[in-house]
Amino acid sequence: MEWTDSEAAEEARKGDQRAFRVLVERHSRSIFRLAYRMTGNEQDAEDMVQETFLRAWKQMHRFDGRAAFGTWVYRIASNCSLDLIRARKVHGEQQPLSGDEELPGTFDGVATGAPSPERLMQSNQIARMLGPALAHLSEMERTAFLLRHYEGCGTDEIARALGVQANAAKQTVFRAVQKLRQALEPAWGVAR
Amino acid sequence: MNHLSEEEITLAYYDELDSKLRAHLDDCPECRASFDRLRGLLDGLRDIPVPERGESYGGEVWTRLLPSLPAEKPRRVWLRWWTVGPAMATIIVGAFLAGMLVQKSRGPAGFSAKARERVLLIAMGDHLDRSQMVLAELVNATPGTVDLGDERLRARDLVAENRLLRQTATRTGDLSDAALLDELERTLLDIANGPANPSPADLEMLQQRIESEGLLFKVRIIGTNVRQKGQQL
Repeated sequence: MEWTDSEAAEEARKGDQRAFRVLVERHSRSIFRLAYRMTGNEQDAEDMVQETFLRAWKQMHRFDGRAAFGTWVYRIASNCSLDLIRARKVHGEQQPLSGDEELPGTFDGVATGAPSPERLMQSNQIARMLGPALAHLSEMERTAFLLRHYEGCGTDEIARALGVQANAAKQTVFRAVQKLRQALEPAWGVAR
Repeated sequence: MNHLSEEEITLAYYDELDSKLRAHLDDCPECRASFDRLRGLLDGLRDIPVPERGESYGGEVWTRLLPSLPAEKPRRVWLRWWTVGPAMATIIVGAFLAGMLVQKSRGPAGFSAKARERVLLIAMGDHLDRSQMVLAELVNATPGTVDLGDERLRARDLVAENRLLRQTATRTGDLSDAALLDELERTLLDIANGPANPSPADLEMLQQRIESEGLLFKVRIIGTNVRQKGQQL
């Protein structure tokens, strides 16, 4: 029988590991993408995926089904990645990507075709800045932005995930975008 | 008509702007320029390349995750080990740290600085491992039926050890470790001084505190870093 997310989550809440496995298999890739965007490092992102599902399993009793399991676990992943960023900061470690490290693939800008070397350098720069910039958002703002921007969630779904009214969810996304603009636009503008 | 606000331009980017304002955006070069700037940045963020993971990735994650999922534990056997372990560990770490401080005041002697640092890192890693176990037990405890008697005893031993390590970290100028140990010590003290059978509300409050501060995770990450550093020396 094919479980829906909510059925699997309900069984997992009762301690059924088979049901939890369904959820892990279904959501690992999106959690990896989120963690990579936040940490900018493949190995860290892998660790974050493990940590996220470990936390999710331990906190299943708190999952009340108001939001979809995917958005709930997304929020956990965002907090895990943030913890890592903060722990690095406290421990005085460098950000994961060094200046000369290549990101995989290419970066396609909006108005240009093939990326120039300057544009690739700029994309690396923005990628390195994204995690710390996200760390300056509140938990609500960060989650709302990530869900809206990367997962394409609508306002209503974000509102359910955050437990707020739709208008508040819309405002939260706006505040997040404003803060990210302030943090990233100067660097973005330099190479445009 | 007034120009669009930043909020309206953000709504336009996410296709949530009403048709009247959308028409203005299409006709107004100034608003269009603001919109294009925002779109440039937000599209750029979306296009940051992410390494691909295949269809089987979820299964691989599960395989790696399964051994870490908390299972039913043989609590009594584990308890016997822990009734002796912390006291021994405290004595060993205490003796080492005391020796280290005395040694420092006497000047260089038999122990090289590198060896001292290595032993200290191992002691710290071991302490963080055992603290992590206490925190994990607490975070996984089910409200209502919990008995924290064992955890309280272990926390008391860990507090004494933690204090020595924190003082050493402060003396040696390792302020980030000192900050973590300070945070850990406050939580260990709460556990050590708390009731053996906390109310569900008290337990939940403690669990939320540990989780909201990301303490368990920080202890795990720094414990791993410390162990790796110790092995490299």
